[in-house]
Order: sequence, then structure tokens, then C-alpha cells
Amino acid sequence: MAVPRYIKDERDQILDVILESGIHVKPSYSPEDLERIGFDYEKDVADPGKYPFTRGIHPLGYRSRAWTTRQYTGFGTPEETNKRFLLMISHGQTGLNVAFDLPTQMGYDSDNPMAEGEVGRVGMAVDTLYDFEIAFKDIKLDKIGAGLTINAVASIMLAMYQAVAEKYGYDAKAISATPQNDILKEMIGRGAWIFPVEPAVKLIGDTIEYSMTTMPRTNPVSVCGYHIRESGATPAQEIAYAILIANAYIDNVLARGYDVDDFVGRFSFNLNVFGNMWEQIAKFRAARKLWARNLQEKYNVKKTQNLFLRGLFGGGGYGLTKAQPENNIMRGAYYALVAALSGAQTTALCSFDEAYTIPTPHSALISLRTLQLLMDEMGLRDTVDPLAGSYFIETLTKEMEQKIEEEMEKIVKYGGIVKAVADGYIQRLVAHQAFEVEKGLESGELLKVGVNIYREGTPMDVELHEYNYESAEKQIESLQKVKKERSSSEVARTLKELEKTTREGKNVMPALVECCKAYATVGEMTGIFRQIFGEFQEPSLF
Amino acid sequence: MGDEKRIKVLVAKPGLDGHDRGAKVVAQALKAAGMEVIYSGLHKTVDQIVNIAIQEDVDVIGLSIMSGAHIPISQKLFKRLAEKGITDKAVFVGGVIPGQDIPKLMEIGVTGVFPGGTPLSETIAFLKKTAKRV
Repeated sequence: MAVPRYIKDERDQILDVILESGIHVKPSYSPEDLERIGFDYEKDVADPGKYPFTRGIHPLGYRSRAWTTRQYTGFGTPEETNKRFLLMISHGQTGLNVAFDLPTQMGYDSDNPMAEGEVGRVGMAVDTLYDFEIAFKDIKLDKIGAGLTINAVASIMLAMYQAVAEKYGYDAKAISATPQNDILKEMIGRGAWIFPVEPAVKLIGDTIEYSMTTMPRTNPVSVCGYHIRESGATPAQEIAYAILIANAYIDNVLARGYDVDDFVGRFSFNLNVFGNMWEQIAKFRAARKLWARNLQEKYNVKKTQNLFLRGLFGGGGYGLTKAQPENNIMRGAYYALVAALSGAQTTALCSFDEAYTIPTPHSALISLRTLQLLMDEMGLRDTVDPLAGSYFIETLTKEMEQKIEEEMEKIVKYGGIVKAVADGYIQRLVAHQAFEVEKGLESGELLKVGVNIYREGTPMDVELHEYNYESAEKQIESLQKVKKERSSSEVARTLKELEKTTREGKNVMPALVECCKAYATVGEMTGIFRQIFGEFQEPSLF
Repeated sequence: MGDEKRIKVLVAKPGLDGHDRGAKVVAQALKAAGMEVIYSGLHKTVDQIVNIAIQEDVDVIGLSIMSGAHIPISQKLFKRLAEKGITDKAVFVGGVIPGQDIPKLMEIGVTGVFPGGTPLSETIAFLKKTAKRV
């Protein structure tokens, strides 16, 4: 791994191009390159919808269905968030992606001293089922799916989602939630972990096991290469670690005696789009192929549709800059193009003001429109995998495949993904790569418009989302009111049951649903887990 | 080794925010620039940070905050430092910091603010200059 860079002569002619994953790009490609890599259409790519799905998982791609748009949304109180959800839906957004505030993500109630200053800041505050009732009011939960971007306490949020759906009269079998629920990636990047590796992975296993029969339309895990890449990993590392992490969750459920075909088809992925566009496109094509091969060869998956890498390809946060923020609108458009050319099932964009704070309705709608105009105006729905057969793209896809396999091999040799995360081995690799990239920006080997090239120009003023301190007060008042009105004996009974189930090592989901229905708080439920599981000890890196 | 004392820096992640790419990059850069660096790890309370700073006798406390809570966190840190009678430590803040908040942070007592996108060389040079004075 190294800094992606351009080797140039004194006349600015490019002599060599080195991508982040370490691949050298040639000035031009020809049929000879395909011969060199031993390209075999049926084996390496095949038609869309056919194994190994390099070209996409559906034979008709976006002709049969345009991608789902799912801007990451949530702030302040559930009332404010509900209003924003309805605004996005009224503008044609086809899915929800719920942003929770940090106290909720870390399992603290809004009135906990640890939550001070953070309530409703980077997402919506959720303490009890009452908050979900407000947040999802007037939203057709059997028609629109909801991503729940939460990990350490994803089991609690999934239980709460079932509880709110049932409260509003929906059958749990009819609703489709996608809790992010990928704790190993939180330990590598993003950092919203609570419990140690083993019980944290066990909780994920519980949600997968529970969803199989109770919420079969739910995608219980969204494996995120996304945040690993945000933290500094190369595109090859992003995919390598994501596949290994997914395998760790599969292993947990297999150990409970299930057939892999019973559940693996509901896995989904969340992958990043910033960086060199060719490298990203090749990455997504290679990722589909490797995931399918991994499932077939390692796990003997039988059903074709269970081999699909279904994914949200989007975001691109690290690619956005604080300098000249309006340039981020253009960056977002190119990132979305990459996602569309790569056959994303679902997408979302970081909005142009997100190097400053969470988005305004104005910037969020620009992102949504960017996604919509690609599908409806620019012809991205016309034909599947339009870059297939390009000498360059096919060669690069094969080279990416090899790089990803090399990165997977390194981790397997180290002793596996769980050990590599628990020891901080991956965290060190990723932090090192992040530093290399930063040095590249510093030296100018890596160019970033507005940051180390084309810095001139008038500063752009952008209107920013303002944090509302009153939202926190309102949320705490609302929590106190719920606490007063709920049946304390019912709360005590359900929490006691949760404690018992947790201690016995049984699946916690049914007990969590009962706690949610009794209006137990997120902090109360997490408190039980904290007490029994303890907390993750971050490995020291420096 | 030179005679000059090495600058000792605590790179700290206060609060619940877990985005630590920036903190880890800065920690590596300060180390490469010859400083002694202690990284707090994630989810530290202000009290924990102040205690580490005292125990390790650092010259500089660097706070990395991406959640937007930089003002309440900085206020709390200076309150704690004052309560403990500590005045010999420079405090820096980095992360997602809107320009309009920089004067507010300086008023609270922060010595330097380095929002995302600041060149590492700038942070290092400023730290070297400032840490000598305290």
C-alpha cells in the first residue's frame, strides 16, 4: 500500500499512475491485456444476473427497478426528524436512513450525564418506543424500508422498530428494516462500540436468527466497508475486510445449527464511492464476484439469489472538503455516477455542507436531486453495466480482485478478522494508510482541488444547520413524562426477563421487543448488557 | 539527542464521538515531528482527559471533536483545569469546526483551532511555537 499518485515529468506529462490499492494504470489498454490476464467472459464476468455477478445481480439492472434513494436523515427530536422524513419522501425519496444521535448510538438516555451536549446533535434522540411512534408517524412502514444506522445497540433498535410497526397495525413480516448492525467495523472505524467483540458479535447473530422467521423482509446486517474506507483503508482493504467481517457473522449463525441458505440472502453491504473513479468501479465489480465466490466455495451456498452482493454504494464523506464547499456538489454528482455505473441497489450522498455539520433541507434535497437526475435524465437506467468489455475496466476489475484477495490473505494469516480487530492489527494498518494519504496531500503527490491546488477564489458562504439546544431540553422532558406514565412494574418485569435471557445466553430479541413495548428506555436495556457483557477495551495503537 | 526538551502532547477524543481518523493522523504526524504523543483512545470524559494530562505531565492537550459539541466540551475542560489550578497547558482543538465557532473557542481559552483540512505542517509549526512559551 502506498500513496496513490501520479509520476510526472517536468512538463506535467504523466509517466505513471499508481492507484490507492497499488495497481499501476497503463496509458492505454487493448485486447492483449485481456489475453495477458486470461480473461474469460463466462468465468470472469458473465451476463448480468449470472454467476459470478460481476456485471450485476439482476439481468435487467435498473430497467426492472431504479435504485433506492436513502439520504441519511435525523436530528433533534423525533418530531423534527419525522418532519424531515416526510419532506424527503414528498420529494421522491424511496427509502429512509435514520441517523441517531451519539447518546442513542452509545446506549445512553438523553438525561444521562454522558449525553450532555450531544442530545439530538448528529441524529435523532431515541429513548423509548414513544420516540419511534413520533418519528415514524404517517410513514407507510410496509411500503418504505428504513435503514437504522446504529450498531452497538442495533438489536434494541430492531426490536423497537418491530414494536412500533405492530403498534401501528403492521405485521412484522411485512416490514423491511436494515439496521446497520456491523460492530466489527465500528471497532476499526467510526468508534461507536460498547461491548467486547464476542458478545457484540453474538448480539448480531441474535438479530439474524430472529429476523429469519419473525421479520423475513428485514436485512439484519449491512456490512460496512464504508467506514473502514473513511478511516483510511484502501479500496482493496475496504472490500477484503467487509467480506471477512460478513463471514464472521455467518459463522456465528452457522454455529447455532442453521443452514447458510436460510439467512445469508438477507445480508447487505454499505460501500464507499470516493476516490479514483475507475478504481471504485472495478472495486464494486470485483466485490460482487468475490462475495459470490466466497459464499459458494467457502459456505456451499446453493440458492442463486443468496449469492448476490446487494449494496448501498454511496456517501463519499472523506472525499468532500471544507475548502470551497460548493465543489462538493460536483463531487457528489461524480460519486453518484460511479455508484450508478457500478450497479448500486441503494444509494445516498453526503451533502455538500457535511464537512461542516449535518445537512440542511436545502443541501439534502440537492443530493436527492443529483441521484434522481442520473436515473431519470442521464440514461443510467438504459443498459446494465455499460462499461463491461472495456479492455481497461475488465483488466482493472481482475487486478482489483487479486489485490482484494491479497488483503484477505494477510488477515487470514494473522489469525482471522476477529483477532485482527481485537488486537488492533487492522486499526494500525488503516491508521498508517490514513497517514500516508495525508502525507501525499501535504507533499502534493496527491491532488485535491481547493485544498492543495486551485486554492484561489472567493470564499463561499454556506448556510449551515444550527443545533437547537431547546431540542435537548424537550427530549429530556418528554423522556421524563414517558417514565412517569409507563407501568413501572411492567418495565421491571420485562427488564428482569431480558437480564435472565442475556445471562442464559439465549436469543435476546423476544425479550427486547417486550421491553420496548413496556417503554423501557434504551439506557435501561443497554445497562443490562453493559453489566453482563462489560465493555470493549480498545487496543493501544501508538 | 538535542538539549531541547521534547514537547509532550495528549491527543484526546472527548465525548461519545468515535471518528478518530483525524486524531490518529495528527498523533502520527506529531510523533514523526519528534514530539512525544499520548493518544487517549475513544469515549473519554473531560475528567479522564484532565487526569491523563496531569499524570503524564503533558505540555499540550489536543481535543479532536467531530460531533459539533466542541463548545460545551471545551468549556467543561477549562472549568476542570481551572478547578485543579492548571494553567501551564496549551489546549488545541481539531475536527469539524465551523469558522464562526473559532472566536468562541479562543474566548473560552483554546490556544489554536485546526479544523479538518488544515495542513499538518501548519499544526506542527504552531504547536512547536506555542508549546515553548507555556
